[in-house]
Amino acid sequence: MLRQIGVPLAAILIFLALWEFIVWVNGWPNYKMASPSDLPAAYAKYWNLFLVMGWQTLWRTVAGLLIAVLVGTLLGMIMGFSRIARDGLYPLLVGFNAVPKATLVPVISLIFIGQHDFNTVLMAFLISFFPIAVSVGIGLSTLEPEYRDILRALGASNFTIFRKIALPKTLPEFFGALKVSVTLAFIGTNLVEIISPHGRGLGALFQSGATNGDYPLMFAVLIALALLGIVLYYGVVWLEKTFAGWAERPAG
Amino acid sequence: MTNLIEIKGVTHAYTTASGPLPVLDNLTMAVPEGEFAAVVGPSGCGKSTLTRLVAGLMKPDQGEVWLHGERVKSPRKTVGMAFQNPVLLEWRTILQNVILPLEIVAPKMSKADREARAMELLDLVGLTGFDGKRPSELSGGMRQRASLCRSIVHKPDVLIMDEPFGALDAFTREDLWQTMRDLRAKEPFTCVLITHDLRESVFLGDQVIVMSGRPAHAQFILDVDLPADRTLDILYTPEAAAMLHTLRDQIQIAQGRNPEVH
Repeated sequence: MLRQIGVPLAAILIFLALWEFIVWVNGWPNYKMASPSDLPAAYAKYWNLFLVMGWQTLWRTVAGLLIAVLVGTLLGMIMGFSRIARDGLYPLLVGFNAVPKATLVPVISLIFIGQHDFNTVLMAFLISFFPIAVSVGIGLSTLEPEYRDILRALGASNFTIFRKIALPKTLPEFFGALKVSVTLAFIGTNLVEIISPHGRGLGALFQSGATNGDYPLMFAVLIALALLGIVLYYGVVWLEKTFAGWAERPAG
Repeated sequence: MTNLIEIKGVTHAYTTASGPLPVLDNLTMAVPEGEFAAVVGPSGCGKSTLTRLVAGLMKPDQGEVWLHGERVKSPRKTVGMAFQNPVLLEWRTILQNVILPLEIVAPKMSKADREARAMELLDLVGLTGFDGKRPSELSGGMRQRASLCRSIVHKPDVLIMDEPFGALDAFTREDLWQTMRDLRAKEPFTCVLITHDLRESVFLGDQVIVMSGRPAHAQFILDVDLPADRTLDILYTPEAAAMLHTLRDQIQIAQGRNPEVH
């Protein structure tokens, strides 16, 4: 337990010390690069903004992620069970995923003008569903035929086979993809928050810091984002331990 | 005794990229109720196709498969299957794995009854005390024992085994042959065993069916006239040796070679 918390904590402290040292040894002023010791002041000054904006960023990211899980799993199931769907959908999905999402922000903003919350959730979803769809699809399509046969020989329906075997068997891959999608969803949310005018959330706070040349604020936002990302990531790790803990083998 | 399994003139070909691949050609065989039929033959001669046909997982191009006097057209609940790969579900304990077929076949059976039935079988195959373990915590032989329990937990009339002991070391394999023999004494079932091991076929089988090379038919059928309560020693008797010789010769013929001169 001490090692589980102590080691990551020590790593973070070393990172902050190194950052402080590099800024100090180069003699960089605040308007070039803020140092960790500038951050507490920024948090103290804007703490209410951080709470409000942080919450906005968090809920929109989680909402986008939930939609990504639903749609991604559904797409993965379709591709996993049907060869035709797989052949048809893969190039489309890969092509869509290759489009830089920043270019979509103005498009979405124009279509759903003024719907800031909706646009942000939509972008978080668009950027994060791909890994989930691919991993669920691969997990289902690579299911060994014997696994299906033990139940099919007993006359079990396709749905029963999916529920009892295919679904639990793909959970480890699913959670692997979800860990990637969590960080991607944050990028999606912040893209919209930063690019679109009159934005909300931590991205908008970052933008206002940039406009005012308030470098400590900008870095404080980045650290807050990193913190949210870590919290959400470990939330997924906890879910994984609960639902797919069996996949973890004892070390050695 | 009536024939529980009857395969009448089955011919089947798979469609491949390079044209049709015929695997079975007018295969005819019968297994009386309660008997153990061991099927041997060269690699790729359609033995696994045979198991899928009997299980009702596929339909032959021509010919008929009959179980219990009924034509097999789709899967039925009275069949149990075991493969070379034990295919245990990693997220379930050994006990839960053994119970799986009951969840499909007997959804109304109470949890306590299911578990009692599974525990009884686990005791029979020597897995007492391992019911709460995960498959990854067991050795290959133990996993195959658990897989055997799962294949007969719902008391199937027909047990279909596709090289179940093929991936085990020689000593573990002999242990499992004896487990199989003891299981049969307590749990009567009709069995089709696909194997590459001639000693296994003679030790376990009531009849040994030698399949020809692809496309396969039943080239030779050997009646194993040995007592039911066999011990491993029986494999070293002159009778068993003579049978093994005969089978060896038949395999040579099936492979398209001349049998060795003894």
